[in-house]
Amino acid sequence: MDFGFLSQPAFSGGGTYFDWVLSGIKWTMLVSICAWVIAFTLGSVLGVLRTTKLWWLKGPATAYVELFRNVPLLVQMFIWYFVVPEIVPKTLGMWLKQGMPMPEFWSAVFALGFYTASRVAEQVRSGIQSIPVGQTHAALATGLTMPQVYRHLLLPMGYRIVIPPLTSEFLTIFKNSSVALTIGVLELTAQARTISEYTFRTFEIFTLATVVYVLITMAVTVLMQLVERRLRVPGFIGTGK
Amino acid sequence: MAMIEFKNVSKWYGSFQVLKDCTTKVEKGEVIVVCGPSGSGKSTLIKCVNGLEPFQQGELIVNGQSVGAKTTNLPQLRAKIGMVFQNFELFPHMSVTANLNLAQVKVLGRSPEESTEKSRALLQRVGLIDHARKFPGQLSGGQQQRVAIARALAMDPIAMLFDEPTSALDPEMINEVLDVMVELAQEGMTMMCVTHEMGFARKVAHRVIFMDQGEIVEDATKTDFFGTPRSERAQQFLSKILHH
Repeated sequence: MDFGFLSQPAFSGGGTYFDWVLSGIKWTMLVSICAWVIAFTLGSVLGVLRTTKLWWLKGPATAYVELFRNVPLLVQMFIWYFVVPEIVPKTLGMWLKQGMPMPEFWSAVFALGFYTASRVAEQVRSGIQSIPVGQTHAALATGLTMPQVYRHLLLPMGYRIVIPPLTSEFLTIFKNSSVALTIGVLELTAQARTISEYTFRTFEIFTLATVVYVLITMAVTVLMQLVERRLRVPGFIGTGK
Repeated sequence: MAMIEFKNVSKWYGSFQVLKDCTTKVEKGEVIVVCGPSGSGKSTLIKCVNGLEPFQQGELIVNGQSVGAKTTNLPQLRAKIGMVFQNFELFPHMSVTANLNLAQVKVLGRSPEESTEKSRALLQRVGLIDHARKFPGQLSGGQQQRVAIARALAMDPIAMLFDEPTSALDPEMINEVLDVMVELAQEGMTMMCVTHEMGFARKVAHRVIFMDQGEIVEDATKTDFFGTPRSERAQQFLSKILHH
């Protein structure tokens, strides 16, 4: 393997191929983190709604989850990029196609964010539902209202219980961000492919991309372990007890 | 006026009737023990009092308010009725003091300082002041249950409900919890206790209610109940739990 090509001037843009790699990492991070913000907030809201007893809150949330987690991510990516601008009102559609800056980027963020939200929602729901009903009864018995029970008991405990699967979801979003290359986001995988086309260093550049993905996900794992340690409840073993 | 009054309360789970036409009352300052075989509806009955279990028929008046009525503010009513559960149900992610403070601050609107003062006084009373900063998972079952009692008392309740408070405890921890309950009873707290601790019933109960298959079979004064229970079912039950 010879990584010397990385310091060579790139075919266009003035920098080296290594600069292309860096730019790819930047977009991978941006797409993933922006999508995670959407996924986590929307997913939390949907997960909570699915645990309520009110059908008009539960129904739409369930419908959302079933729709978004059952359609392949790639299809959703295409829908956000190609279909949405055509079906919204004309002026908005024109703006999405021509006025809005970085349409590929935002389409990718929304597609990935809304898709992952459906998965986060299921985890938040399972976390909340794994808390024994006696806990809710005890909280209600002290006079707390149901929203207060969520705020002070169900959410703090529910999130703690699902930190491990949420970590997986957070990792997956970085890996799934590579799908954004199909609508033209020049993230890490896209850059690796382009560089391989220009330099024929296919083996080297994809090795590098692999290492970078592993490093990113390892960093996320370490970060989530810190979060988990910080939120650890003394004397609390396992879940749901 | 009775503190708690059941008037022909019935409840169904689907087609299965768990409470059949239950009528009884608890006067202010009275200690009532509810006993009966498992599945007889004792816990369900007591959970109706603060609206944790809805019922379909009859009326239940607590402190002058109808529990089943749509206009009743349940959180407000519950804040006045303390409840202690079989499995303690302390909030695991909060320290002992935080467990006691939560509803004081969020429901009664006390300041955190005032709440902590109250909480510490109650922890002192149940003998757990040294554990104020610990988390529930670091305490024994008996200690957790005493914290749970303190948590209920922190709200200055007008009545206390106990749902098998000693059933999940190791034998050597039962007494430390019963001692706290006896003390409460002797201070004149209105109490409704689901329990099989007949020693406790003998010591402090005014009346004993015996339930079987969702029905209140016997509702007698302590002396009558332990003397000669009128129903055969209560006699059988007593002979099973008393003689060993």
